[in-house]
Amino acid sequence: MEKFEVAGRVFASRLIFGTGGFTSLEVLARALEASGAEMATVAMRRVDPSSKGSVLGVLDEAGCDVLPNTAGCFTARDAVLTAHLAREALGTNWIKLEVIGDDRTLFPDGTELLTAARQLIEDGFVVLPYTSDDPVLARRLEDAGCAAVMPLGSPIGSGSGIRNPYNIAIITERASVPVILDAGIGTASDAAIAMELGCDGVLVASSIARAKDPVRMAEAIKSAVDAGRLAFEAGRIPRRLYAEPSTQTDGMPEL
Amino acid sequence: MIVTINGNRHEIDPSSRVADLPAIIHRADLRGLAIAVNGEVVSRSEWEDVRVEEGARVEILQAVQGG
Repeated sequence: MEKFEVAGRVFASRLIFGTGGFTSLEVLARALEASGAEMATVAMRRVDPSSKGSVLGVLDEAGCDVLPNTAGCFTARDAVLTAHLAREALGTNWIKLEVIGDDRTLFPDGTELLTAARQLIEDGFVVLPYTSDDPVLARRLEDAGCAAVMPLGSPIGSGSGIRNPYNIAIITERASVPVILDAGIGTASDAAIAMELGCDGVLVASSIARAKDPVRMAEAIKSAVDAGRLAFEAGRIPRRLYAEPSTQTDGMPEL
Repeated sequence: MIVTINGNRHEIDPSSRVADLPAIIHRADLRGLAIAVNGEVVSRSEWEDVRVEEGARVEILQAVQGG
């Protein structure tokens, strides 16, 4: 399979692991291993001395790269500040940029997102923006210098798969940076579809964390990402309205 | 003097530096932390030098599960 590269870093896995939603660090660790992911997201929150264990410890032990996010930010100002804080805390320039416009859908605020992206790129960050399935916004983010674009399939945690596969296909066809489907994957087939639409990778959190058996679902989605990517590279047959016989018609006996 | 740390008011020594603040909220290990004072990031390299002012609004953050 062709290699997956983002901002000069080559990944063997096209699955990025979201750590949100796991109720146990032990399950998180096992699911992470089952997923084969080499990068996982974290959020920045107030220090709580009463919390036991650390997600960073789990990621460190797994040898998994950390991708901080700006989850919970509704303005460019807050997202930029959070990104700077994440860089200070974790020593990485990479940031998954989320600027939310609506607290029921958790859809991104495109205007604030673009403003934040431009500022963070100027500040030397490697920006991976969580965006909508709007190909225009995706193009603007790419032109601004984002290292990838991460369109949503459906709302975060909704498990509703890819609501607009046509837009995702347009985005993947036109993008010159990696496209990572981020949000809304519910099960393995959604991940496979994302890859078949030409996405370079997927980011999954709730589909694994909130599955009945997260470790098993992590394994399923890993397989689905591999299968979907192989299928994409193999070049599928087109969808036809009518039949195309698979058996030759000449040499038919007269019976 | 009084400052606010992570939304809670604390009485601290007037000569306090930013580096002293995590201990106030019982966080001994400074690794993996980021600190903002009055909405601005204080770089780790300056924690030992930057003084804390009366009424400062401090946020001490760490990485948690998310995203």
